[in-house]
Amino acid sequence: MNAGSNAPERYYNYAYLDEQTKRMIRRAILKALAIPGYQVPFGSREMPVPYGWGTGGIQLTAALIGPDDVYKCIDQGADDTTNAVSIRRFFAQVADVAVTEDTGEATIIQTRHRIPEKPLKAGQVLVFQVPQPEPLRGLEPRETETRAMHAYEEYGLQYVSLYESVATYGRIASTVGYPTMIDERYLMNPSPIPKFDNPKLDDNDAILLFGAGREKRIYAVPPNTRVRSLDFEDHPFETQTWDDACALCGAGDSYLDEVVLDDAGQRMFVCSDSHYCAERRAAGHAGPMAGHQLATPETEPAQ
Amino acid sequence: MSAQALDLAGITPGFPDAVAGAQSVFRRLMDAMARPGSVHDLSFAPPPPTGLRRAAAAVALTLFDFETPVWLDPAIRGSAVADWLRFHCACPLTEAPEEAAFAVVTDPAAAPPLSAFNPGDAKYPDRSTTLILQVEGLVGGPSVTLEGPGVKGARAFAPVGLPPGFWAQVQANHGRFQFGVDFILAADDLVAALPRTTRVTFEGN
Repeated sequence: MNAGSNAPERYYNYAYLDEQTKRMIRRAILKALAIPGYQVPFGSREMPVPYGWGTGGIQLTAALIGPDDVYKCIDQGADDTTNAVSIRRFFAQVADVAVTEDTGEATIIQTRHRIPEKPLKAGQVLVFQVPQPEPLRGLEPRETETRAMHAYEEYGLQYVSLYESVATYGRIASTVGYPTMIDERYLMNPSPIPKFDNPKLDDNDAILLFGAGREKRIYAVPPNTRVRSLDFEDHPFETQTWDDACALCGAGDSYLDEVVLDDAGQRMFVCSDSHYCAERRAAGHAGPMAGHQLATPETEPAQ
Repeated sequence: MSAQALDLAGITPGFPDAVAGAQSVFRRLMDAMARPGSVHDLSFAPPPPTGLRRAAAAVALTLFDFETPVWLDPAIRGSAVADWLRFHCACPLTEAPEEAAFAVVTDPAAAPPLSAFNPGDAKYPDRSTTLILQVEGLVGGPSVTLEGPGVKGARAFAPVGLPPGFWAQVQANHGRFQFGVDFILAADDLVAALPRTTRVTFEGN
């Protein structure tokens, strides 16, 4: 895409947000990086999509992005879902930025609820869309109280909640938004990523930024930071596993989505990370249902 | 404080393109804060006013505005730098270090102790002061070792021109986490950062 190609039709600032808003968000990002896992309040703006559709992530991206960036946006791992396609087109239009589905070549990856399977590297920024930044909110509804709990590192309630889960189900039943401890100080909600992705937060080479638009909070995990998923000695943290491999690419190491195929109970398991799956198929890997119509790549129509 | 007309003739320009300039500086600054002690080049930034160096001026243009009270050290208080910041950033200037969102220190040897600046609130540690320290250089000085979030293993950092006793103060600042100030170190065209999470060890420590 040519830099500046959209400029004549643009009736707003580059990357949509005005410069004062970007400065405010940028200052919040720097403080978030300086206090890993701590939720920095910020003046979240009205965006051209409703709160809950990724406004926190969009505002973070808008404050970061420049014409040299390569932008990727995923929704539950997939590049080709409505929300991801809309947000990707938004930045292609307002920020004259090149877009990609390739995890390796992207410099900014905005994500709703997954971390790509391919390991991230230095120079990449992963921007999470966060519905509820407060890990303790389900246990304590008052913001004044949760603020104090974070201030005094009073996380006993969280452990009680995990213990109750063990007492009821015999294991820690939480599977998404599994609570994490950042550099052994702040308890952090990793956004509703599956706990399968929690180990990828630890010692990641990329910068991880989290934005909650409706809740008006920004937080961050710098690269190579210790991120520990809470557990007990006798109930250690475990990720999900599947008996099946991906039906299309045969991957046994990726997060799988279950897809119901018909009313007769037929189903398949496929990689949630669409680019990871496509790249494996292109490299010649094949699962038991390779060639299924779901594997046919749909290209985005030219704008 | 009474409003005073600025002598606009003496004020040097800011970024030729304010949007692209601030974005480019911020991305390097974010990288610097995310990877403590890593050194980034801001030589593309416009020439600074007398009293500031290029990197420190670029950081000011990128982060300061009417929401951020700025403390200037006595060496540049009331000087061309103050006029330049008022014109480009419209930032309020304060003489009380504990009120400052940002502090610009051009003479680290004469700076007040770090404990004089705002360490933040227990519930809102993000409200602390960020110090912009102008130093002689960011490479080739006495080396210290950095560890902590953003550092894989350990990283050597060797800025030039920091006064004796500075690193002990940084250690004390780290020791009272979640309180603490954060540092942006600027030398001519180069910038690095040191958040309060970084553990510093040095020879003879």
